[in-house]
Amino acid sequence: MRGGTELGRVRGLGSAKAGAHHWLTHRITAASNLFLMLWFVIVIARLPAYDYGTVRPWLASAWVAVPMILLIVSVFWHFRLGLQVVIEDYVHAETRVALMFLLNFFVVATSAIAIFSILKVAFTAAAGVPA
Amino acid sequence: MTVSILHRVTGSGMATVGTLLLVWWLAAIAGGPQSYAVFHMVFAEFGKGALGYIFGVGLTLSFFQHMASGIRHFILDTGAGYELNSAKRAAMATFVFSVLATIAFWAFLLGAK
Repeated sequence: MRGGTELGRVRGLGSAKAGAHHWLTHRITAASNLFLMLWFVIVIARLPAYDYGTVRPWLASAWVAVPMILLIVSVFWHFRLGLQVVIEDYVHAETRVALMFLLNFFVVATSAIAIFSILKVAFTAAAGVPA
Repeated sequence: MTVSILHRVTGSGMATVGTLLLVWWLAAIAGGPQSYAVFHMVFAEFGKGALGYIFGVGLTLSFFQHMASGIRHFILDTGAGYELNSAKRAAMATFVFSVLATIAFWAFLLGAK
């Protein structure tokens, strides 16, 4: 390894060019989360009951299914960025790489299940399949 | 300091526990009456809904706290609010808001049903 100061070794290499995008996307999704989560908290509180017969037709409505999908995308993207910061601050070396893999698998798998579930409920309701 | 740590704790908690519960709930609805019955049993019937209240209150308190400190972050991002007194007042305000909002949410939920 060549000598010199740490600054000297990295000077001219440039940044990874992704830091500002991460920061900005985190703020943009925070703003959309604010609206989507307030909507979610209000509609959940206003549901007359939480049994299957109430919840299923409620979720099948386009007015619920579409905001729910938007909420999944916005919230899950936001926590993907947030947990990355937490991992980078507290975990180092190989464990960090492993946790980042795990985080990416987790967010992709959970969002796929969530969006598939919402679409399945919305589309099968329209087709007249018994709820 | 405390608010900043709480922002990370509540965020990480919702991202893991909250995500799993939300996805379980959605998948249970999509899975049909029997799979929803399992979810309903665990969170609404078992121990008179003890788990539902524990996770429900925990997640709503986390959400309102994270939301309040998140809005505080937006203000700090503009470069404002770093003076000791106003920073301290805003930090206290996030606690007051999250506790009051959680009480209001559950009072409405239990009162309306």
